[in-house]
Amino acid sequence: MSGQTPVLHLVTCGSVDDGKSTLIGRLLVETDSVPIDQLEYARTTRRGGSTVPVGEVDYSLLTDGLEAEREQGITIDVAYRHLNLPNGRRVLIADSPGHEQYTRNMAVAASNGDVAVLLVDAARGVRPQTHRHLTVCALMGVQTIIVAVNKMDLVDYSHEVFEQVMGEVRTTAARLGVQQIDGIPVSAVTGANVATKSDVMPWYKGESLLGALAVWEPVGRVADEGFRFPVQFIVRAEGNFRGYAGTVVAGSVRLGDEIVVADSGRTAKIARIVTADGDLEVARYGQAVTLTLDHEVDVTRGDILAAGTSLQPADRFGVDMVWLGEEPLAHGRSYLLISGSRSVPATVTNVRHRLDVVSGHEHAARVLNMNDIGRVEIATDRPIPMDPYSMCRDTGGFLLVDRVTADTVAAGLSRHAMRRAFNVVPHVYDVDHQARSSLMGHPARVVWLTGLSGSGKSTIADAAVRKLHAMGIHTYVLDGDNMRTGLNKDLGFTPEDRAENVRRVAEVSKLMRDSGVVVFVALVSPFRSDRESASSLFGKGDFIEVFVDTPVEICSERDPKGLYAKAAAGNLPNMTGVGQAYEPPLNADLVVHGTGDIDSSADLLVSAILEA
Amino acid sequence: MQQTVPYSAVLDELEAEAIHIYRESAAAFRNPVLLYSIGKDSSVLLHLAIKAFYPAPLPFPVMHIDTTWKFKEMIEFRDRRAIELGLDLRIAQNLEAMAEGVTPFTHGTHEYTRLMKTVALREGIDRYEFDAAIGGARRDEERSRAKERIFSLREPGHRWDPRKQRPEFWRTANTQLAPEQTMRVFPLSNWTELDIWRYIEREKIEIPDLYFAKERPVVERGGTLLMVDDERFPLNEGEVPVMKSVRFRTLGCYPLSGAVESTADNLADLITEMETSKVSERSGRLIDGEGGGSMEAKKAEGYF
Repeated sequence: MSGQTPVLHLVTCGSVDDGKSTLIGRLLVETDSVPIDQLEYARTTRRGGSTVPVGEVDYSLLTDGLEAEREQGITIDVAYRHLNLPNGRRVLIADSPGHEQYTRNMAVAASNGDVAVLLVDAARGVRPQTHRHLTVCALMGVQTIIVAVNKMDLVDYSHEVFEQVMGEVRTTAARLGVQQIDGIPVSAVTGANVATKSDVMPWYKGESLLGALAVWEPVGRVADEGFRFPVQFIVRAEGNFRGYAGTVVAGSVRLGDEIVVADSGRTAKIARIVTADGDLEVARYGQAVTLTLDHEVDVTRGDILAAGTSLQPADRFGVDMVWLGEEPLAHGRSYLLISGSRSVPATVTNVRHRLDVVSGHEHAARVLNMNDIGRVEIATDRPIPMDPYSMCRDTGGFLLVDRVTADTVAAGLSRHAMRRAFNVVPHVYDVDHQARSSLMGHPARVVWLTGLSGSGKSTIADAAVRKLHAMGIHTYVLDGDNMRTGLNKDLGFTPEDRAENVRRVAEVSKLMRDSGVVVFVALVSPFRSDRESASSLFGKGDFIEVFVDTPVEICSERDPKGLYAKAAAGNLPNMTGVGQAYEPPLNADLVVHGTGDIDSSADLLVSAILEA
Repeated sequence: MQQTVPYSAVLDELEAEAIHIYRESAAAFRNPVLLYSIGKDSSVLLHLAIKAFYPAPLPFPVMHIDTTWKFKEMIEFRDRRAIELGLDLRIAQNLEAMAEGVTPFTHGTHEYTRLMKTVALREGIDRYEFDAAIGGARRDEERSRAKERIFSLREPGHRWDPRKQRPEFWRTANTQLAPEQTMRVFPLSNWTELDIWRYIEREKIEIPDLYFAKERPVVERGGTLLMVDDERFPLNEGEVPVMKSVRFRTLGCYPLSGAVESTADNLADLITEMETSKVSERSGRLIDGEGGGSMEAKKAEGYF
C-alpha cells in the first residue's frame, strides 16, 4: 500500500504498578486528547490509595471507566481510547488490564493490534508477566513491539539497566518470532522520552514514544500476496442488480481479475466494484465495497471470494485457542464456530497441549480453563475455508460460541488444515523413535529444504548427506522428482495436487524419521500452509525448515531440467515462480543462499542437525 | 521529512469500519432497527447506513424516541428527512408517563429521563420485536463509554451487565442471541466529535439549524443557558427570556440542552470553534451530571 497508515491500532500492556495508567494518561494529555472538564476531574477527584496531591493531574483517573473498577482500584476490562498525533495519524488504543490472570483480555486487545507498547518497570526489571504479554502479543500477530522501559528516573537514567532489560526481552522475543522489537527508556512521571526526546539520557539515540508511533509503518503485509473478501451481505436492487458486499480483509482486487469462490472452487471475473461514491477500478485492503461478477455463480453470505494464495475448504484444523469461557473447554461438545460472516457447528476433537505463557513450555493437557492458551484440533460439521492465522487474521481467526448461552467461549487461530480418517486408532509401540535414535547414536530429524526449482536444494542436500555419512550418521533423501516417479506419480501440479504431494512426502519422512534416520526432503513445496501442515506432524526441533533462497532469474538461467524454458514457451502453466506463486517461509529455521558456497551451506545444515 | 496523514484518510477508515458493522447487523439480526435521534451523530449514522447498502434501499426501519420535549425544529427536520429519504419511520413514546403529566420540570432530570427515554426505548423495542438497535454512541463521549463494545449485549429486560459483555476480536462479531437477549450496535464507536463534524463537512450531510449560532430566546439557570422553545417552559418570577446568539453542541430535550454563546453560523466556523474549545460535549447535557458514573447506572437500567 502506498502512503501512510492513517489509523494505527495500539495495544498497551503492563500493570498499574508499572505506571501504565500514568503513561497512557500522559500520552492523552500531551496530544491534547483530553477534554478540559475531564482533566479538571482528574485534578480534583481522588480515590483510595492515591498519592497524587489534589490539584495535580492524577493521570490514572483519565483512563478509568466503570464504577465497579473505580471502587476496586483495578481495571477489569479492555478500554478503547484514541489520540491524534501531530502528523494527523490517529492512534486507537486498546488498553488491556494489568491484572495477571486476565490473559483473555490481553488477547482481545492484541487481536487488532499493529503495535504493542509493553511496559517494564526499570527498577523491578523483567517479570513473569512481561513474558506473558510478549507471548500473547506474538500469538495474536502483533507485528511491532515497543518496550517502554519506565521509571528510568528511579534508576538514575542508567544505560546499563536499560540494556539489561532489553537483552532479556529480546531473547524471549526471538524465541517467539516477533518481527520487530524496539526499546525506549522513558519516565511517565517526568515525561522523559514520552512526547519529546529528553536530554537526561544522551546515550539513547532513538525516537520518543510518540515519535516512534508517528513514523511507524507496517513491515510489508504478508496478506498482500492473496486477496480475501468474506461476503457479508447480498445486495439486490433494481435492474437485476446482484452484488456481494463485504470488506477486503487481505490484498486487493482489480476490475477483470479472476476470483474463486473458496467454498465451491467456482471462478468468475470482477465486473464492477461498487460504492455509494461511484465505481472503483481497484479495491484495496480495508475498503468496504460491493463486488459484482461477470456471470452467475452461487455465492452466499459467509463465502470467501479469493485470489492469489490458494484457499481450500477443510473440516479438520489444528488451531491455537485462547479459552475465554468460565466453564472449561468440553471435549466432543458441539460449539458454534464463527469465521468472518460464516457460522458452522464444530467440536474440539483433541487437546494437544497447553502453553505456559511465561516459560513458553508446552504441557500435556486434557482441558483448557479460562485464560488458558493451547493447541487443539477441531472438526467442523461441513468443510470451510480458513487461512493460516499468520497469513490473515480475519480469515484465520475464529470464535467458538456456546450454543445455549450464546456466549463467546474461545478465540481460535487456525494454524493448518488437516485431513484425517475416522475410526482409526493408532497403536503405540514401546520402541519409539527416541529408542531407535539412541541405538543409532545420533538424533533423528527431518530437514525440509524448500525453494524454487533449480535453487540448489538437491545439491546442498547431497553435500550435507556426504558429510554426515562420513561421520557414521544414517541418512536418506526424499527428492521431489524421485517421489513423483513412484508413490506420487498420480499427482500433477495444481495447488490441490501439490498439497497432497507435500502431505505424502511429509508422512513418509515421518515414518523414516521414526526409524531413526536423518531424513532430507528436497521439495519445491511452494505453499506456506502445506509446509505448516508438514511441520505440524513433528515435535519442536524435530523438523528443520530450510529455505534455499535463490533468485528466480538465477534459477531460470541454471534451468538444470529445462523446465523454465518450457514454462517460457507456455508449456508449463503451473511452474512455480513463473505461473504459480512461491510463498517464502516467514520463519525458516535456516536460510541458505543457493548462490553461495555449497560446502559452507552443507556445514550449516550439519550443525543444525547435530545440535542438541 | 515526515509525511502528514490527510484527515480524509482517517475518515475513510472510520467509514469503512462503520459500513462493515452495518452490513453484519443487517444480515445477522432477524429484525434490526436504526435509532434516530435527529442530532448530528444520527445524521452521520443515517448517511452511513444508506451508503452501506447502496444501490439497495435501507433494509431496516428507523425509530425515534420522542419525549415530546424535543426542539420544534428537530421534529420538523425529522419528518422532512423521513419523506425525502423514504424512511420507514417508527415513533416510540411512553404514553402512560405522558398521560400522567411527566415533564422535565416536575419529575427531576433522572426520573424524567428514565421514564421518557429509557422506558420508551425498551417499550418500542419490545413492541416491534426488534432484536438489535443500532445507535450513534461514541467511546469518546464519556469515560464509561470507553469500555463499550461495538456489539453491546442486553440481557432480558434490556439490562446491561458489564460482566456479560462479549470480547471482540478482529472484525468478527458474535451476533448470536439467547432467548430474550437483544443487541445494541454502535457503528460510530471509534469516531470522535471532531470526526463527526469533519465527515458532515466532507459528505455535505444535512443537519438541523440548531447547531449553528442564531439569535434565540434563552434564560440562564445555574450557569446554563436554556432556550425557551415553547410556552410550556415555566418561567420563574421575574425571569425574562433574552435574545442571544447561541448554538447547541448536542440536541436533546430542549429543557435539558444547554446552549453555548457563539457566533459560528456556518460549518467552517463551527469546526474552528470546536478545535479551540476543549470542553467535552456532554458537559452541556444536564442528564449526565448526577453523581459519579451516572451514565453507567443509566445503562444498567436499559438507557442507550
